[in-house]
Amino acid sequence: MEIENKTVETIPAITIRFAGDSGDGMQLVGTRFTDTSALFGNDLATLPAFPAEIRAPQGTIAGVSSFQVQIADFDILTPGDNPDVLVAMNPAALKAHLHDLAPNGMLILNEDAFEEKNITKAGYKVDPRESGELDGYRVFQVPMEKLTKEALEEFDLPGRAVLRSKNMIALGLISWTFNRPLEDTENWINDKFSKLPDIAKANIKALKTGYNFGITVEAFHHTYVVEKASLPPGEYTNINGNIGLSWGLIAAAKKADLDLFYGSYPITPASDILHELSKHKNFNVITFQAEDEIAAAAASVGASFTGKLAVTGTSGPGLALKSETISLALSAELPLVIVNVQRGGPSTGLPTKPEQSDLMFALYGRHGESPLPVVAAKSPSHAFYAAYEASRLALKYMTPVILLSDNYVATGSEPWNLPDIEELNKLDTNIITKLNTEDGFLPFLRNIDTFARPWALPGTPGLEYRVGGLEKEEGTGNVSYDAANHQYMTDMRAWKISNIANDIDKLEIHGDESADTLVLGWGSTYGGITQAVNRLNEKGVKVASAHFVHLNPFPDNTLEVISKFKQVIIPELNTGQLLKLVREAFLVDARGINKVSGETFTAQELTDKIEEIINE
Amino acid sequence: MSKVPVTYKRTDMQSDQEVKWCPGCGDYTILASVQNFMAEMGISKEKIVFVSGIGCAARFPYYMNTYGVHSIHGRAPAVATGVSVSNPDLSVWVVSGDGDSLSIGGNHLIHALRKNVNIKILMFNNQIYGLTKGQYSPTSEEGKKTKSSPFGSVEMPLNPMSLALGAEASFVARTIDMDRDLTAGILEEAKNHKGSAFVEIYQNCNVFNDKAFEQLTNKETKVANRINLVHGEKTVFGEDGHKAVVIRNGIAQIVDTKDVDESEIYVHNIHEENPSIAFSLSRLSHGPYGPTPLGVFRKVQRDTYTEEVHGQIDMAKEQKGEGELDKLIRSLGTWDVS
Repeated sequence: MEIENKTVETIPAITIRFAGDSGDGMQLVGTRFTDTSALFGNDLATLPAFPAEIRAPQGTIAGVSSFQVQIADFDILTPGDNPDVLVAMNPAALKAHLHDLAPNGMLILNEDAFEEKNITKAGYKVDPRESGELDGYRVFQVPMEKLTKEALEEFDLPGRAVLRSKNMIALGLISWTFNRPLEDTENWINDKFSKLPDIAKANIKALKTGYNFGITVEAFHHTYVVEKASLPPGEYTNINGNIGLSWGLIAAAKKADLDLFYGSYPITPASDILHELSKHKNFNVITFQAEDEIAAAAASVGASFTGKLAVTGTSGPGLALKSETISLALSAELPLVIVNVQRGGPSTGLPTKPEQSDLMFALYGRHGESPLPVVAAKSPSHAFYAAYEASRLALKYMTPVILLSDNYVATGSEPWNLPDIEELNKLDTNIITKLNTEDGFLPFLRNIDTFARPWALPGTPGLEYRVGGLEKEEGTGNVSYDAANHQYMTDMRAWKISNIANDIDKLEIHGDESADTLVLGWGSTYGGITQAVNRLNEKGVKVASAHFVHLNPFPDNTLEVISKFKQVIIPELNTGQLLKLVREAFLVDARGINKVSGETFTAQELTDKIEEIINE
Repeated sequence: MSKVPVTYKRTDMQSDQEVKWCPGCGDYTILASVQNFMAEMGISKEKIVFVSGIGCAARFPYYMNTYGVHSIHGRAPAVATGVSVSNPDLSVWVVSGDGDSLSIGGNHLIHALRKNVNIKILMFNNQIYGLTKGQYSPTSEEGKKTKSSPFGSVEMPLNPMSLALGAEASFVARTIDMDRDLTAGILEEAKNHKGSAFVEIYQNCNVFNDKAFEQLTNKETKVANRINLVHGEKTVFGEDGHKAVVIRNGIAQIVDTKDVDESEIYVHNIHEENPSIAFSLSRLSHGPYGPTPLGVFRKVQRDTYTEEVHGQIDMAKEQKGEGELDKLIRSLGTWDVS
């Protein structure tokens, strides 16, 4: 349809945030817009945010759920800092998010929700539309509820069901404004409601009504387009961290010729890994929803003893409960991957918010001398490779490995340039099927390169052996209380892990290598840090960055990298945990940029803070 | 499970490790019973796995020449669940104690029984904490004086048979260390049972709780106090069978045999679907005091967790075909950038 006076402006990137009640379907709208943009060929990154409560009281700030997406025609690393567009479905959503909206940003309000009752519930004394606080933004008021009711009059649906479709008005309108076709979402709706054709038709009608509202109302005749991104060639999919991590585990099992066992107890934000893996039983995946966190870990140890790629997944509080069982796996020298999708702590803390505050706990949260490898995912697509790497180390070195993700990686999404499955390295195991000495089987006779012990699986004749948490005699594995043996085994378990430093990717320098300042990071802050360094380099500020995937042991070139710089800055979503580790390990006077607000760093925030420190 | 008949000598089932329980401990008798039974049970020893938690009984796997895991306190049923579901071909046995199973590991015990995981749980009940040198346990009698209860325990003890039946266990039995024949018979029944089996074994701790089961072992008293539960047989006990069990209003009661019509005497049926009578039998004594039932309380068939899990995997493979990574990573839709 040709629209008179329609102007289309091409822009390189846009950040849109959808905000509404947790029952308003904002996650869905965000995901649909994201998927359509991904299929169109934009680069993108997403940031969902939702309350811990399933349905907090309607209309209150506590109940606001939001979804932010940045789409761009270039390679982006974060879901954007301040949104350029805010869709607020009610006054509470406006109140919770207006402060983030960029100056002169586009503000789309569901005007039907701005009744006195809702305005008061949101904590406003005066209607914000009349108080002047929206000055400086481009405000568009849309009667979304009225439009929905009128559009769906022809369907015989109860009132509540009708209003549930108002998110489709918002999606339709945003699709118009950013020149996105509706077809993909129509197909999705038809598929989703294939058994409820009336609901499907009603939602599509609402979607089109929103789109047509844009066509009809002159205020929306200035539209925008973000062209395809010039990403490296390849086949892409849009992936979030929990799914990427799940697939990485499946791939690792397959490439090790093992079956995957996943023991877990439901916990936010790790549950989606359990859900995802439960779908893929045709990969011989066994998912075990345990009676508690301890049983989830203990059953995984049993599975590991029996020859599975055994994984147990959880979030912070659950890791605390698994601690004793991890020590058993460590002492028995059995492979085990422990996934910790970090959230705000301590205790129940902030279950739906990201934080990097379990790093020290991952490294040291066990009784006794109990070092183990720690690997961290740095982005949603990297979660695939991080899971693969954690599995590789566990199987090769017969050790538990902690894999850290966090809520930001787990729920955020980005395009993933799919790997060639054929080219993923095969994973070696220590499975043994024959006696390893002339005199019999020695379950703790180690591989001379890796120090790993052999993995004899029940069912293998002649290799029957017993293993447990009591100290073992080197070689025989028999219970031993011998003083020298305990010293030796303690040292051996430590050597085995520190030796891994030679078998992992080196720490790489990004940005200006001639700079005096290095920004060191780990985990989910990768996007923000890298973007900040890029921005500073573009401005002519000399700075470089390096990002740890392996937190224990550190890559063997870490000291060499750090020594190249006069100043080291470590941004983290905690009070300075990597900072302490780096200061202790490398005796460097590093500075921290720390934040524990339940939000990640924006790229701009890091840009400013890094520059400030450099200029001191 | 392997059907190939394999027989061993008892010594084939013994590991090369020195057994380190206190001299006179009931565990020795149980170990001998189990080794004798395993030598002849017809399963190759590489397919047998013993899993234990912590406590005196938990050292058991070290003494068996099979695969074994000496795990952590209370968690053996969970570890064994992982073993069993990972390889349904294995014969998986848990050895535990009253503290390990009923105190720190209570949660894992009830869920393994509820899920009917194909594991056999042997719970040695000595009504005391032995390895930590003599504190009262969750099965110690009320008033029990120990180091941690110098004025007597104020806790109501658990009845392990009642607990297992309440947890939907499909196989529940009780034996006593000294009675090797009864133990052997129950081990055979447990082995043949599809699903989880819970076997309580009264075990004398001669150091910290000696003679706890004397009423059931002493020549003078055992006839009067042992109610032998035998499938298909009338439940009479005592000298010349002068006592009998009857079920009145669904509740098991002990009566003088001469006072009731023979037809009223309870004929034991281990296959009864409804667990109420088995539960009521478990309430005849609350510990080894006075007339106490021994034998199989319940043995009913239902689907096992182990089989069901693998059934779903087989079904998924039948419906979707063997998983392919190439397809998996493209399953959410893809686009090409050239």
